[in-house]
Amino acid sequence: MSEGPVTALEPDGAAAVAVAGGEIGRASLWDDAWRDLRRRWVFWGSAAVLALVTLMAAVPRLFTGKGPNEGCDPNVSKLGPSGAHWFGTDLAGCDYYVQVVHGARPTLLIGVAVTLVALLIAVVFGTLAGYYGGVADALIARLTDVFFGLPFVLGATVILVAFPGHGMWAMTLVLVLLGWTTMIRIMRGQVISVRDADYVQAARLLGASDRRIMARHVLPNAIAPVIVVATLNVGHVIVGEATLDFLGVGLQYPEVSWGLQLGQAKDFVVDHPHLLIFPGVFLSATVLSFLMLGDAVRDALDPKLR
Amino acid sequence: MWRYALRRLLQAVPVFIGTTLLIYAMVFALPGDPIQALAGDKPVPENVLQTLRERYNLNDPLLIQYGKYMWGLVHGDLGENYTGQSVSEMLGGRWTVTARLALTAWIFEMVVGIALGAWAGLRRGRLADTLVLGGTTLVIAVPVFVLGYTAQLLFGLHWKIFPTAGTDDGWPMSYILPGIVLGSLGLSYVARLTRTSLAENLRADYVRTANAKGLSRTRVVGRHALRNSLIPVVTYLGVDFGNLMGGAIVTEGIFNLPGIGQQVFTSIQLKEGPVVVGAVTVLVLIFLLVNLVVDLLYGVLDPRIRYE
Amino acid sequence: MTEATGAKGSTVPAPRPDAPLLEVDDLHVRFRVRGQDVHAVNGLSYTLDEGETVAILGESGSGKSVAAQAVMGILDVPPARIERGSVKLRGTELLGLPERRRREYRGDRVAMVFQDALTALNPVFTVGDQIRELYRVRRGLGRKESKARAVELMERVRIPSAARRLGDHPHQFSGGMRQRIMIAMALALEPDVLIADEPTTALDVTVQAQIMRLLADLQDELRMGMVLITHDLGVVAGVADRIVVMYAGSVAEQAPARALYARPAHPYTRGLLASVPRLDRRGGPLLPIGGAPPDPAALPSGCPFHPRCPRAEAVCAAERPPLVAVAPGHDAACHFAAEVHGAEPE
Repeated sequence: MSEGPVTALEPDGAAAVAVAGGEIGRASLWDDAWRDLRRRWVFWGSAAVLALVTLMAAVPRLFTGKGPNEGCDPNVSKLGPSGAHWFGTDLAGCDYYVQVVHGARPTLLIGVAVTLVALLIAVVFGTLAGYYGGVADALIARLTDVFFGLPFVLGATVILVAFPGHGMWAMTLVLVLLGWTTMIRIMRGQVISVRDADYVQAARLLGASDRRIMARHVLPNAIAPVIVVATLNVGHVIVGEATLDFLGVGLQYPEVSWGLQLGQAKDFVVDHPHLLIFPGVFLSATVLSFLMLGDAVRDALDPKLR
Repeated sequence: MWRYALRRLLQAVPVFIGTTLLIYAMVFALPGDPIQALAGDKPVPENVLQTLRERYNLNDPLLIQYGKYMWGLVHGDLGENYTGQSVSEMLGGRWTVTARLALTAWIFEMVVGIALGAWAGLRRGRLADTLVLGGTTLVIAVPVFVLGYTAQLLFGLHWKIFPTAGTDDGWPMSYILPGIVLGSLGLSYVARLTRTSLAENLRADYVRTANAKGLSRTRVVGRHALRNSLIPVVTYLGVDFGNLMGGAIVTEGIFNLPGIGQQVFTSIQLKEGPVVVGAVTVLVLIFLLVNLVVDLLYGVLDPRIRYE
Repeated sequence: MTEATGAKGSTVPAPRPDAPLLEVDDLHVRFRVRGQDVHAVNGLSYTLDEGETVAILGESGSGKSVAAQAVMGILDVPPARIERGSVKLRGTELLGLPERRRREYRGDRVAMVFQDALTALNPVFTVGDQIRELYRVRRGLGRKESKARAVELMERVRIPSAARRLGDHPHQFSGGMRQRIMIAMALALEPDVLIADEPTTALDVTVQAQIMRLLADLQDELRMGMVLITHDLGVVAGVADRIVVMYAGSVAEQAPARALYARPAHPYTRGLLASVPRLDRRGGPLLPIGGAPPDPAALPSGCPFHPRCPRAEAVCAAERPPLVAVAPGHDAACHFAAEVHGAEPE
């Protein structure tokens, strides 16, 4: 609720990356970052995991011939892993491997969609607010404060309890509603710090329009930290979505998602730990990859830390 | 300092109003009958619905409804559930449990987080640093309820180090494991933030000055660098109190601690919407209050901000 | 203030009064940055006597600040590494000392004033705290006494209403006043050597003069030796007894101030002098030095100045010129030092 300096979900480093901006260094900033990233095994490891999960979400048929909730037999529920069922079976007696494969799509889709929409909001309104200042800026800043005053799980719980429908789109909407504040604050701060730079003044003196200045000069130099935070944010959204599923205010049966599987496993953890382990490992590996990717990109963009 | 405090207080007012109005609007102004929506697909007798509609003033314009609801809230009236039981009575004895749990977690993440962060920040790029970074990233990547069940299985059932659930052993024994689980996420951020902040401050000019004064390493790091590094950490600890409140719903559910969070947890399962809304709104208010206090503390820690 | 001198001798070895106050010899400092070796200081030598001011003059990147921090013992190791050389204070070698012993010299025997007081002072403590810390930690003085000393010290550096401003934070002072606080902190323990690293660069011209005046006055009062590090010939002119011109981490020329101004013996010094406006040569052309200082990670062969030197010959690219005397106390590292020295000043 304050405008204290640290507001990011992943608070460290955004400001440090900011320093790396600068008109001359722009092309070389990303070039350098890429050269640096190429040498990191963390980057390639995360990229590989994410590629695999994306493939699983996009074309589940590559991994399994069955559809979600298909061929379930209530007589063989909660079986442990075996040759017939690699990951065992779930509460309804569905093959858990099949269910876990199909769980990738909603999980990933919500994580990415929420982040992209929030990023769009943050970039557009953050840039406008930071660039023009004045009343619009004050209004956006106050509004950000209000939404920031709503902690994620609390806010999502209270809204979702009353929300008509708990499908993917309802989840996405609610998570966007609560998830845009961090990025817009960083974006706005970045734009303000770039706005008065000499090269922006020079462009203005040369008669460039506001739109051109924003698109060509301000945005490219201000966006790096927000991209980093967005990458990390995908991971945070996925964890948040799983938590809401667990609480029972998120996705509902017959949807299939990792969060939902984890939520359903909760009453049987003691006797059937495999119900928690398989979706848990997939979800955590995915989130971990987004976090490590974000960290690697940030380190690569921050020349001070090299 | 007083002017700073006053300004912060005044700034907090619109946030208080805005945030509560936002919750209220999202719950009661969505299309459809909010009372029916709060019950989900649970069958509720028509006469109960009717009473509740009146109880929540749903026939008034939105702002009046909100005003009446907030007026009730600050007077300790959080509404009623579908059987006419008062929500504030349902929550009555539960506050101490939640307060104990949240404070245990908060202290844990503060002390251990700062210690780990300082350890890693002083050994940047070495083994300690890698361990702390890797460990905290892993904790962030695992949902808190997965962590909770795992901890319960291992430390409670398997090794029997801590009680598995409930508050029979009182504070601190019953609260240690839930507190660690609840604080683990915040701990990770606190550690990472302290690490980065300390590593940055160790390169600052004033640290060079402190060295030039011939002070001991302990004093240079502990008094000069760490003090400055903690400024962003304190801000984060304030923001994180909100996450603790949300996490309490999950953690109290898992460890069966009879606090506010557990009530919210069971109310969600029982589709008792009004209870959830009432309790969570109060949790948000507490979060906003704590944050205000932290904001004021921030002014004490960083003298520059008082003169903005 | 003066009664503190008695207590101070107890923590440090007995001085050898006959040795020069500060003697820096063949100092080499390397940095390891991204797998590259950067040669920041390559064989710097100078001596400093009591009450004397030696100016170290050089462009940014010439290694002058790194050298000062090496003498102070506050370089970050790693990435920096002192490769060889010696720094002697009254005959005591400082470079090999263990950190605990070394620390006792800092602030007490050798003190430093930094360029930008706003960042060099800790933003979250009051200036009073920061000055008193020296008395409390290094001298073990109590609350009251340290406070009285701090006020006395602030008055000495001419800060108005010192007692009242003790509780203010650095950002509440003007640039000039902040630099005075820096100076007060450096002088608190009455050091023998004061290293001033670009003490006036961040200040307005009028304030610059006041600060230089203050430094010179205090130096006289306390009989300190002062090492003044600067890139500004104007700052040097009034106060320096001797001048060491640094180029690419090593000494290009060193001489008494007057001799250097009158008859420079190195083309680089000549270039520096020709590139600043002078009242006595009004209307004459200003001649900039062509090119840019060399990259310390990839120094040119031979004389490091030869790519920019107007009178470079084949030998300059092949052989590194040694420091040779052109007059008593006047040395230059140039193959043609004698000729440059002999030529008419431009």
